[in-house]
Amino acid sequence: MKQLTVLSGKGGTGKTTVTASFADLVRNAVVADCDVDAPDLHMLLHPKIVRTQEFRGSKLATIDETKCTKCGLCQEKCNFSAITENLQIDPISCEGCGVCSFVCPVSAITLTERVSGQAYISETKYGFMAHALLTPGESNSGKLVTLVRQNAKMLAEKEHADLVIIDGSPGIGCPVIASVTGVDAGLIVTEPTMSGIHDLERVLSLLGHFNVRPLVCINMHDINDENTKRIVDFCAENGIKVVGKIPFNQAVTEAMVNEKPIVEYAPESEVTKKIMEMWERTVSALTCGS
Amino acid sequence: MIVAVASGKGGTGKTSVAVNMALSIDNAQLIDCDVEEPNAHLFLSPKISQTQAVTVTVPTVNEKLCDHCGKCAHFCQYNALFVGSDKVLVFSDLCHSCGGCALVCPKEAITEHQHKIGILKLGSTDDLELVYGELEVGEPMSVPVIREVKRHIGKDKNVILDSPPGTSCPVIQTVKDSDFCILVTEPTPFGLHDLKIMIQVLENMRIPSGIVINRAGVGDNRVYEYCKEKSIPILLEIPYARKIAELYSRGIPFSQQMPEWKAKFQTLFNTVRKLVNK
Repeated sequence: MKQLTVLSGKGGTGKTTVTASFADLVRNAVVADCDVDAPDLHMLLHPKIVRTQEFRGSKLATIDETKCTKCGLCQEKCNFSAITENLQIDPISCEGCGVCSFVCPVSAITLTERVSGQAYISETKYGFMAHALLTPGESNSGKLVTLVRQNAKMLAEKEHADLVIIDGSPGIGCPVIASVTGVDAGLIVTEPTMSGIHDLERVLSLLGHFNVRPLVCINMHDINDENTKRIVDFCAENGIKVVGKIPFNQAVTEAMVNEKPIVEYAPESEVTKKIMEMWERTVSALTCGS
Repeated sequence: MIVAVASGKGGTGKTSVAVNMALSIDNAQLIDCDVEEPNAHLFLSPKISQTQAVTVTVPTVNEKLCDHCGKCAHFCQYNALFVGSDKVLVFSDLCHSCGGCALVCPKEAITEHQHKIGILKLGSTDDLELVYGELEVGEPMSVPVIREVKRHIGKDKNVILDSPPGTSCPVIQTVKDSDFCILVTEPTPFGLHDLKIMIQVLENMRIPSGIVINRAGVGDNRVYEYCKEKSIPILLEIPYARKIAELYSRGIPFSQQMPEWKAKFQTLFNTVRKLVNK
């Protein structure tokens, strides 16, 4: 079984459009939406949830007002400024470390688990899907990503799937790291803009850091030919395979509005043709390994 | 006044709105809180006056004093310490710098040292001050870098915070203590879905918000219907225009080439000020 993560660094370059299309093109794969704090893939794949798990990723301190002597030691020792002037816990700042509870001389503070989200296993007409939703504003998205990936792997093993396709989140921080470690390749979807190029370089370093093989897709390549050439040249110099160049097309937005993968919504379009070619190249890169 | 610019979904135009607004108003300070993928500086080519390291405090274990009792590892909520029979392993990338391990160690074997996780840059372009951070590649935690970047907020400045995408801890750290949050969205189902999550986050944090609709004209009407239903003000619409997209791709703030937009961004900022003062 192989694992492929679709990522981008910069947001909004087309990760989910590519992932949903791959989900439609591939037979026998499991899809995982690892963008847990702004997941969108379900809007194109319409999963039917078959199992829900509560995700308890962190803890929260609570002060028992009847025991508290207002000594203020907890506030002094808290490194997250999570205890206010009048000795209340600010749940937004509290990282559940337990220092306040440890230093409290009258044992007035306890740590309680907080439910930080839900993880789902679902069926779609494209195959099984693992996904999740972090409670808005919660932390520990990296741990939830890891749970989604475990679910996807378990499904893939059970179903004897050949591939797990992972839709990543933007950035290069903890949820992204959690979605690329140990995968066979990372397909970076970029766009020919200054921001796209800058973020591509950082996400390429990230894949290098974790020893994950990069593949590159240039989305909306025709909005700036000069920048597209810069990306192509940069990749050639660094031995990175550009597996696809997708033209700008209004049909991509239309497909999103109609809540379908673009390859299903507009099967005859140029975009679909290019995504299918990219899919072939991605598969051959994954199978032959070079 | 501190105004955050956030979105939920990535790539909706946060940086575009933040940069163009910052360039259109007086006494502005732009703070790029997207330390994983900072982009604002690409549009401003600032002169950097100061660069400094951002560090976090992580434990060092003195093996000579340690008797491997395991209390530190047991206390650590983040599994950042592993105590073996004759050695302690510290996983700096998991450490949240709470200081708990040093507190619980009965042998006082744990001291703290600084671990570099990013850099901070201070600079300016003409009258606009820019502060931004860069998380080191491979480091998972962006929140301490965002915290450090925000420490440079100027007291009497018109501060604009460019937020990272998403709705989790880096975004919370960014919008926290803002007077207002501008949410940039696009009229698509993805834009709306992530906007709704952000609205919920801001409601919980009691931060007032308004919407900028970018790429108006693409997609559908559901964002407009949602804003109407929830009585969320639509502060500005930026149409989908090839010229704006092209200028963006070249790293040029479009209000500089299309001067009519400068006034629109000034109005946007003034509207926000009125809503804050109300």
